[in-house]
Amino acid sequence: MRANCWYGKQDVRVEQVPEPKILNRKDAIVKISSTAICGSDLHLYNHFIPTMEKGDILGHEFMGEIVEVGPDVKNRRVGDRVVVSFPISCGNCFFCKQEMYSLCENTNPNAWMAEKMFGHSPCGIFGYSHLTGGYPGGQAEYARVPFADVDTLKVPDGLPDEQVLFLSDIFPTGYMGAEMCDIKPGDTIAVWGCGPVGQFAMASAYLLGAERVIGIDRIPERLRMAREGAKAETINYEEQNVHDTLMEMTGGRGPDACIDAVGLEAHGGHGLIYAYDRVKQALGAETDRPIALREAIMACRNGGTVSVIGVYGGFIDKFPMGSFMNRSLTMRTGQCHVQRYWGKLLERIEAGEIDPSFVITHRMSLDEAPHGFDIFCNKEDECIKIVLKP
Amino acid sequence: MSKKRAELSGEQNGSQQINSLGVSAEQLARGLGWFSIGLGLAEVLAPSAINKISGGRGRNTGFIRLFGLREIASGIAIFAQGKRPAAAVWSRVAGDALDLAALGLAFASPDTNKGRVAFATANVMTVAALDVICARQLSSSNDESVSARAAAGGTQVRKSIIINRTPEELYQFWHDFENLPRFMTDLESVQVTDERRSHWVAKAPAGTSVEWDAEITADEPNRLISWRSLEGADVDNSGTVRFERATGGRGTIVTVEIEYNPPGGSLGAVVAKLFGKEPGQQAQEALRCFKQLMETGEVIVSEGTVWDNGLLTQRPAQPLSSEELPKTLAAGAKQV
Repeated sequence: MRANCWYGKQDVRVEQVPEPKILNRKDAIVKISSTAICGSDLHLYNHFIPTMEKGDILGHEFMGEIVEVGPDVKNRRVGDRVVVSFPISCGNCFFCKQEMYSLCENTNPNAWMAEKMFGHSPCGIFGYSHLTGGYPGGQAEYARVPFADVDTLKVPDGLPDEQVLFLSDIFPTGYMGAEMCDIKPGDTIAVWGCGPVGQFAMASAYLLGAERVIGIDRIPERLRMAREGAKAETINYEEQNVHDTLMEMTGGRGPDACIDAVGLEAHGGHGLIYAYDRVKQALGAETDRPIALREAIMACRNGGTVSVIGVYGGFIDKFPMGSFMNRSLTMRTGQCHVQRYWGKLLERIEAGEIDPSFVITHRMSLDEAPHGFDIFCNKEDECIKIVLKP
Repeated sequence: MSKKRAELSGEQNGSQQINSLGVSAEQLARGLGWFSIGLGLAEVLAPSAINKISGGRGRNTGFIRLFGLREIASGIAIFAQGKRPAAAVWSRVAGDALDLAALGLAFASPDTNKGRVAFATANVMTVAALDVICARQLSSSNDESVSARAAAGGTQVRKSIIINRTPEELYQFWHDFENLPRFMTDLESVQVTDERRSHWVAKAPAGTSVEWDAEITADEPNRLISWRSLEGADVDNSGTVRFERATGGRGTIVTVEIEYNPPGGSLGAVVAKLFGKEPGQQAQEALRCFKQLMETGEVIVSEGTVWDNGLLTQRPAQPLSSEELPKTLAAGAKQV
């Protein structure tokens, strides 16, 4: 079959690889009908996440039709149309039982690697380095999905792929980002990053009852999408001072909660601060550039919540702990517990409350994946979200 | 409990091992630390006197001052490393090797007093012998996760994991030793021969295998099982597994202690480490696989991470070809 494989920094290739087989009794094989490139794939593409091997198949947002099931799969059968969750979760451990699926204790065979880096290991993830298990990803014609009963969601035939595909990751991720803000009526929520996850965080903040939502970015088409798609107010940080503008908009108090939907490859901030972080990152003195995170902490109102859904991989520098402690802030974060949210989000899609396809700007064939990574990484051609068809 | 462990390993006191010199390794280390600092200061402050005593005639003072700094660093490290400064004493052994190399060069040089060089060499060798004795003892008793230790040169590991099942279920599964190869990937098979005895076959490097008979030495239902190899084993070993109910109905804390004398003694253990068979990590992986097996019914496989000869090995995260598939699965954790 064909699959999009990683070969090094900014080097991905569509290659012929063997087809997957059932290896565990709860596996299913999915014939992929749609698959997407995620912003977090760019961290792999730019080689910020260690433990990649040449030839690794990328992709963790995919859906399709089940074509084979292992003997212990109970509630899925051949022919089911399913979305696959990016976290691989067993459904039986301490964390899965509490619906904290991305913390599953059993699905990362390389847990020892993650323990060295993080102290403890998160779950296995499709196509996302060997630190999270070395599982082949979904930018391919077929994928093996372990624990198919837990990690696939049946979707009705009436809904097209483009409306349900993002239940695999970015819609629940954005939703969890908003849910962690514990939104109360009248709240103002600021979202750093108007990429696809930021768009869903903004849309979800409204779904959860926020009164004002403010999106922060620098790219005109993303800001436009935030205004038109997610119905948010926007700040272009290249034109306005983010902190001052937010204080003006909130009478000096600050947003009730701030969502970091940017993560480790942030741009912006003061020119000198950006240069400082670029240099430290290049020298290996910090692995992640926490520009958005610092700004979110400083802007958040006293006693407010900072919700982090942008991906971080290692260590940051100049964390404003004084601001964080003295002002009683709360930070909540995590890889999304997709399986906790996707059922109720599917209901919202079916009820017509949201159509997640508004983030899609590009559709191409799997064979064009390298071109897709290129324009997505360089934000060319107004690229925000790419869906690939195998 | 600790008394039981001491009995198992046949030792009165695990941490204060007394050597043939009549002092403990810790005392010896402190002595060597002061010696290092004293000699180092002498080398730094009076390099020409040291040069003369050791038979040198040339202008080696800069060189000797450097050696002095090294001695002081080793000395400080011994005190800074706390109660069991194994690494620091090993650094002294490395320093001794450098000293001997320098003295070897001095022997070869025409411009030296051979009698004094020989005297200095004898002195260094005596100290080197003490260093090696001390470092070996400290290293062999250095694993603080093990309260009791086997004879010098043995390897001990102690690891634990929490599993979402009852002590009864876990004890029952473990008690049938024939189940062990399902999660201990370096075991080929275990055959139970009678109530207490079993025959074990384990994978060894280069496609060979090692075998031994073992017997159960302690068995407390739902709490603890201990076993040890019988005389004539390829690898002398013993182990204990404990099952303790976790707080708040959160399952069971399983703790495994394994002690063994690998083929080739401590050298064998070092070689095993070089090849990645680090016993601590192997025990941890075995427990992880045990947890997967008990919580999900099988050991989970990812295509990018396969078991090869008892080791977790990374390969491209792509589906396995039909040639790789049977080999990888056979080499890996056994499927249920």
